[in-house]
Order: sequence, then C-alpha cells, then structure tokens
Amino acid sequence: MFKRLADAGTAVAITVDGKPVAARAGDTVAAALLAAGIDHCRTTPVTGAPRAPYCLMGVCFECLVTVDGVGSRQGCLIPVREGMKVETQLGKREAGR
Amino acid sequence: MIAASDLAPSYDLVVIGGGPAGLAAASLAARAGVSTVLFDENPGIGGQIYRAITTTPVADRAVLGEDYWAGTELAADAKASGASIVNGATVWSLDPQRMVGASIAGKVRMIEAKRVIIATGSQERPFPIPGWTLPGVMTAGGAQTALKAQGLVPSGRTVMAGSGPLLWLLAAQTLRAGGRVDAILDTTPWRNWLQALVHLPDFALSPYFTKGLALLREVKAKVPVHRVDRVEAVGKEKLSEVVFASGGREQRLPADLLLLHQGVVPNVNLANAAGVAHLWNDRQLCFVPVLDADFGSSVPGIAVAGDGAGIAGGTAAAERGRVAAIAAVRALRPEATLPDTQAIRQKLQREEMGRAFLDWLNRPAESFRQPEGETLACRCEEVTAKQVRDMARIGCEGPNQMKAFLRCGMGPCQGRLCGLTVTELIAAERKMTPAEVGYYRLRPPVKPITLAELASLPISEAERKAVER
Ligand SMILES: Cc1cc2nc3c(=O)[nH]c(=O)nc-3n(C[C@H](O)[C@@H](O)[C@H](O)COP(=O)(O)OP(=O)(O)OC[C@H]3O[C@@H](n4cnc5c(N)ncnc54)[C@H](O)[C@@H]3O)c2cc1C
Ligand code: FES
Repeated sequence: MFKRLADAGTAVAITVDGKPVAARAGDTVAAALLAAGIDHCRTTPVTGAPRAPYCLMGVCFECLVTVDGVGSRQGCLIPVREGMKVETQLGKREAGR
Repeated sequence: MIAASDLAPSYDLVVIGGGPAGLAAASLAARAGVSTVLFDENPGIGGQIYRAITTTPVADRAVLGEDYWAGTELAADAKASGASIVNGATVWSLDPQRMVGASIAGKVRMIEAKRVIIATGSQERPFPIPGWTLPGVMTAGGAQTALKAQGLVPSGRTVMAGSGPLLWLLAAQTLRAGGRVDAILDTTPWRNWLQALVHLPDFALSPYFTKGLALLREVKAKVPVHRVDRVEAVGKEKLSEVVFASGGREQRLPADLLLLHQGVVPNVNLANAAGVAHLWNDRQLCFVPVLDADFGSSVPGIAVAGDGAGIAGGTAAAERGRVAAIAAVRALRPEATLPDTQAIRQKLQREEMGRAFLDWLNRPAESFRQPEGETLACRCEEVTAKQVRDMARIGCEGPNQMKAFLRCGMGPCQGRLCGLTVTELIAAERKMTPAEVGYYRLRPPVKPITLAELASLPISEAERKAVER
C-alpha cells in the first residue's frame, strides 16, 4: 500500500507478533506496520472483523495494538523504540488490559 | 524532553494542542511573561497542517509545498519563547475549575491552570460508506500524515474519494513525491454551486483562490477525475475494489488503497467534556463552541482557538491563537506589553475571507453523511445505519439515549467517528434539525487511561477530588 520515499532515517528493529520488522526512527508503531505491509492490526470485539489504522492522528482508535505487553495502545501515537515488541490484538479493546 | 515529574503543579496558562493555534498562543503568552505550558499528544509539534515540521524526512521542499514549510518559523518561535512544550502528552480531562489531567509517557499529572486555551484543532468528518472499515480504506489526512511524518507514499493501486481542498492537496503532494494516484472520485454535488456562487467574489480575493486553482490544474493534468454520487469499498478481509456510480451508471476499479475525505470538523471532545456550550453550524454541518470575540467560551477562563473554534484554516488558526492569548495575558498580567491586537484581528479577517465559498461548495451530499442499511454508523461497536434509523423511528430522541440502546458512541473513539452521523440520522428520521437533536454529552476521561497510569498520580486531596466525580 505504501512505500518509503527516502531510505533516510536510522533503522530501528522491532518485532510484530514475534517476527522482525525493520522500522525507522521517526516511525510510529502504526506507520511501521503500514510500511511493512502488515494489512491489519487487530480484530473487532463484536464480529471479529479485521481492522487497520484509519486516521493516523489519534481519533479513530482502529490502530490499537499491544506494545511491550500493554494492550490497546494507540499505535499511531507511539514512536517505535529499538527492541519494541508489538502484538496485534484479537477482540480486545479496554485500555491497558 | 520534559517529563511528567518536571512539571509544576500549576501554571498561569495551559495550552492544549501544538498546531498553529496552540504554538502561536503559547509563544505570545510566554513572551509576555506568563508561565505557560503546552501539551500535545503527538511525538512532535506542528499539529495537522505542520505535522512533523521539525523532523519530516521529506527533504524536497516542493513535495509538501511552501504552505507547509511556513510552519518552521512558528515552531522555532514557540520553542524559543520560554513556554514549556510537552509532546507525547495526552490531555484526558479538563473540568470547569480548569484542572487539567495529562498523561505523559505512562505517568499522570493533574495541573491547575488560571487560564486554558483549547487548541485541539479538527478531525476529518466521518465518511460512512459501505466498506469503510475494511483494511486498505483510510482517511486522506491519514495518508498525508504518513507522508509528512514518515515519508510514506501510496504505492499500490490508489483511489481518492470525496471533496474539499485537502483531498486535492494530498493528491498533488502524492504525485510530486512519486506516489501513485489512479483516480479521484469527486463527490461534490453540482448543486452546491447554487449557494456557493454569491460568495465567489470574496473567495477570489482570499489567498486560497489562486492556490486552489493551481492545485486543481496540477492534479487534473495527471489523474482521471470522476464526478460520483455513490462510492463503496468492496473486499473480503481487505479492500479489493472501489465501486462508484454517477447517475446510476456503475463502474468498478480494482484498488489496494482508498483514501476518503469530506472536509474537517472541530474536535469537540475536550471542550464538550469541560462543559463548553456548543451550537450546530448549518453551513459547516457540525457543532462549534459558542465563543466571544476573544474566543472565550461559556466556561470562565477557558478559550477555544484554531480550527476547534470552527473551521477556518491553518493561518487563521495561528491568528486566533494570538487573539485568545492576548485576552489571557490581559487578565493575568495587565502590565505586560502586547502586540497590536487590531493588526492581528485584521489579518484574521483576511484569512477567514472566502471561507463561506469553500464551505458551501464542499458541503458533503446528504447521502455521504446519512448512510443507510447495513453501512456502519459506529465503527467501534459495529452499529449499522439501519439500527440507528430504526431506533429513532420507534422513539429514541437523542444521541445519549441512542448510546444506551445501541452502545454507539461508547467504544474507545468516544463518538469521534459516529457522533455527527448519529445526530444527523436521528434528525432525518424524526424530522428535526441537528440543532434540536444535539450531540453526545461527553465526560472525562476523553481519552482512555490505564489504571497503572492513574496509580502513578501523586495524590493530594484536591487531586483526588478532580478525578473522583
Ligand atoms: C489530518 C489532517 C490534515 C490536515 N492537513 C492540512 C494541510 O496540509 N494544510 C492545511 O491547510 N490544512 C490542513 N488541515 C486542516 C487543519 O485543521 C489546519 O487548518 C490546522 O492544522 C488547524 O490548526 P489548529 O492549531 O487549530 O489545530 P491542529 O493543527 O489540528 O492541532 C491540534 C493539535 O492538538 C493535539 N491534540 C488534540 N487533542 C489532544 C488532547 N486531548 N491532548 C493533547 N493534545 C491533543 C493534536 O495532536 C494536534 O497536534 C488538516 C486537518 C487534518 C485533520
Ligand atoms: S489510526 Fe486512528 S487512532 Fe490511530
């Protein structure tokens, strides 16, 4: 869906569901997922439908993921950090559970 | 980086939001000797228009354009002003006594403010079409944010749909960056010209006129544009095609990415939760706070500046921030020397000129605001338009009752993506005006916070009172 304009920016290694993903300094978690071609980040609690980041500005809460063990974080507001462990979510949505 | 523990327990002025309005307000106030803190939940300052202005990887200045780079000066000015600027700081509560609850890197602080300027800006209007929750469907603003902040450009088969200047701006920026745009589906109804035309002379004098025309020309030279009255996103687990129609003739385009946009509306959540009175604006089809000439709200000591006060654009946002800051400084430090208010108001007036034309011309069609059938109105709780309409027909009178019946507006986005839709659907079914129907009543926290964050609060009696309500 997206490609990176320039190869500028320091590489930042994170994992998504245990698999290595090459992010860059300046990425948010949601942007790193989009750049890596990961097409959804969670499923919904009601029907289990897949969802992906929608607004990238903190209003839609579609980008909820588990970051370093804390569930339902807004991926589009969190900068990536070396060694960060991101997990996609199944159905969950309560903050911090 | 300023950490939660570096913050004072109280400030003369708390500014919420670091877009043009917040940056201009904080800078002016700090320079006038008022102790000022600015909170913004994004990793960097700039707000939406100047997103990632100090860190963007997009080096070629032509890609984002000079209007973007104009933010450099504003950001530098705010940084040098003496105001404390805190990024990664989400404000989740604000009460009428001006107690501000902020969460910074997992730590919560309650901060007292003598004055508050809410500069939380705008968000894109909900665009509830069939399939809008499929992965591969995003907002145009979201794609633009990814371009500004991370240098990501659409590379697969990309369709943009909707109306308004931002859609065309994103198309131009994407093309300049070497990204891909396969088609633009223009949803602007022709009949909008009937109401827009009388405002054309004003618009022709505004700075947006020549820029807008150049942008249209630039994009139309490279991308096929279809006028449409229906758009659907189709796919199983993710988007595979976009179906559109004009006058009944249906067409299909295979697509990997559909970018939706039908204008922006004020981000009302924080002001609403603080008890600020709002009114329906029929031209902009949204709720806007009731404000005086200094952008002061119905709650004493709380002002709302920038696009949160009603949509007027980024340069107007900065001037509005200055006007609100001057009022705050006058109240807090009457002896301070201040810039010429008259000149600022004149500039603001010039910036706001032409807005009526843009608003009327880009007013989204009813069919794109008031969905039907199985189209989701509420994305979080997966409530369909039909459910909301049926409930309204059997007697549900307002959005708050609708919440209790259907849970719409009770998910994590707290109505940001369904509020306007639900209000308009109830109004349509019950033959009322949106003004009569009203909006969700919101309560803090306006952003979810964790128990661990709350537990990090250094607890005093006053702070306990602010949280336990
Ligand atoms: C996605 C998007 C992209 C846009 N791009 C452009 C563009 O390229 N060109 C243009 O002319 N106009 C653009 N606009 C229109 C925009 O509204 C501008 O007119 C301008 O950015 C408004 O400035 P502002 O200062 O009022 O608010 P904004 O620039 O929107 O800034 C508000 C800030 O408040 C912060 N915030 C919100 N809620 C909270 C909270 N609870 N706690 C802490 N911080 C909070 C946000 O993170 C944001 O940084 C865009 C709008 C959107 C929604
Ligand atoms: S993508 Fe919308 S909140 Fe993160």
